[in-house]
Amino acid sequence: MRPFSYQRLLQPSDIAALPNASPRDAYLAGGTTLLDLMKLDVMRPERILDLDALSQTDLGDIEVADGGLYLGALVRMADAADHEQVRGNYPVISQTLNLAASQQIRNMASLGGNVLQRTRCPYFRDTSWSACNKRIPGSGCAAIGGFNRMHAVLGTSDNCIATYPGDFAQALIALDADVLTISPQGDRTIKFSQLHIEPADQPNIESTLGPGELIRAFRVPAGPWTRRSAYVKVRDRESYEFAMASAAVALHLDRDVVSEARIALGGVATVPWRAREAETRLAGKHLDEAAAMGAAEAAFAKARPHQYNAFKIELGKATLVRALLQVKAMEI
Amino acid sequence: MPQRPAHSFRFSRRFFIGVTATLAAVRTLIPSGGNAQQLRKDALDARAAPSAGSAVTLRINDRPIGLALDSRTTLLDALREHAGLTGTKKGCDHGQCGACTVHVAGRPVLSCLTLAVMAAGKEITTIEGLAGAADGRLHPVQQAFIDNDAFQCGYCTPGQIMSGVACVQAGKAGTEAEIREYMSGNLCRCAAYPNIVAAIQDAKSKIKRT
Repeated sequence: MRPFSYQRLLQPSDIAALPNASPRDAYLAGGTTLLDLMKLDVMRPERILDLDALSQTDLGDIEVADGGLYLGALVRMADAADHEQVRGNYPVISQTLNLAASQQIRNMASLGGNVLQRTRCPYFRDTSWSACNKRIPGSGCAAIGGFNRMHAVLGTSDNCIATYPGDFAQALIALDADVLTISPQGDRTIKFSQLHIEPADQPNIESTLGPGELIRAFRVPAGPWTRRSAYVKVRDRESYEFAMASAAVALHLDRDVVSEARIALGGVATVPWRAREAETRLAGKHLDEAAAMGAAEAAFAKARPHQYNAFKIELGKATLVRALLQVKAMEI
Repeated sequence: MPQRPAHSFRFSRRFFIGVTATLAAVRTLIPSGGNAQQLRKDALDARAAPSAGSAVTLRINDRPIGLALDSRTTLLDALREHAGLTGTKKGCDHGQCGACTVHVAGRPVLSCLTLAVMAAGKEITTIEGLAGAADGRLHPVQQAFIDNDAFQCGYCTPGQIMSGVACVQAGKAGTEAEIREYMSGNLCRCAAYPNIVAAIQDAKSKIKRT
């Protein structure tokens, strides 16, 4: 691991007053992504800013109110997943967190860090591969034409097909969460869908956060669909594994007719993926297996497979169909 | 909807506490003097060499231990190489195997992905801290691992036991499926899994839940 300077921040105003914020800084919360990638020499921060003490501020709070859910960015995955009201009123959030990683990692990793976790693309994680546009801009992509079984079929470009690995982000994008941030340039609020950037021609730029900008919290608006929600995750082994395909679904049903559907897909796309075409296809429809399959077709209409990952299109569709029917059958 | 971030903060202390490796780098630059090339070489050496070390106090198994550590030192290396507690094992060193599991502030974490400085001031419990301090009696989960033959080579065992203790304490040992899910972050290359599950089942009646 390369040397770095280490500082503890004590309160949110320390971030507003941060001197010389730069892309060479890294915020440290749970450390489960950062320290792993620093050991691999993939991430090389020069200044580490430890956020642990900020857990004692609003960044460590969970609050459930009539208008929605407030999740501080430093809440640990396990605490949000096991929060009784989160489990009851926002099951899709609890499930995305509980089906991710291992119990040790869920005890460590923060919600803010979780949504910003880096891809598991082996060509990104292993520096002995010289071609990775995400790691070395302009160097090429070893995954295109390489072993790309785990790679994305949605949101790819000719420069990068790395899969976004997280689960929780699918719940947040489906439920149209807000992201509250702090930075030396001031505070702002953006939609969760504006946080991640598809690789396009700059795969090294993954989010819209500026230098020194920190996620302070997520705000999830209440809605008639939040209780009728679930996450289905399909993977190579039953536990402690990233998604091969996943679907986060929240439905507002009037008997069997879909008033509103919220759908996001994981394991198949380069960024947290809101399947708006599928949502539109379902609106006003009687939800049965045929309608669910129609929505799944719409969700993957623009999918682009590579040599070893074409199966993900079928797997992704089947996963979404299963999630839709499972959520429909929920007893609320 | 809650609009939290305008309210006053519970903590109001002076601007950062800094622990710096940079200071060490700057110090080595000054005496070298001479030409620019030498300065640059010294700077690179300073970057490559471990910094002199910051004083860190870790509270391990109810005892404070003062150590001089490079800020890069993981909690795992601090335990094994600096505190002499080699019961905690290094497997993958990347958070994938669970061999390095210890409890920090009462919860299982991966010590290989924790910097020692991050754990300063928190209660750390390792496998060495499980047995009764006064009488040396094994913790019920340790005893159950012996009674149920829950290991072969034993390398993953300290991590398995630390997770197993937490599994029972957290009330996640209700069914075999629940135990297997909770324990999935601890790999065993000898595949002693059935006996590990049996040991946790055996121990759960003998432990008080927290």
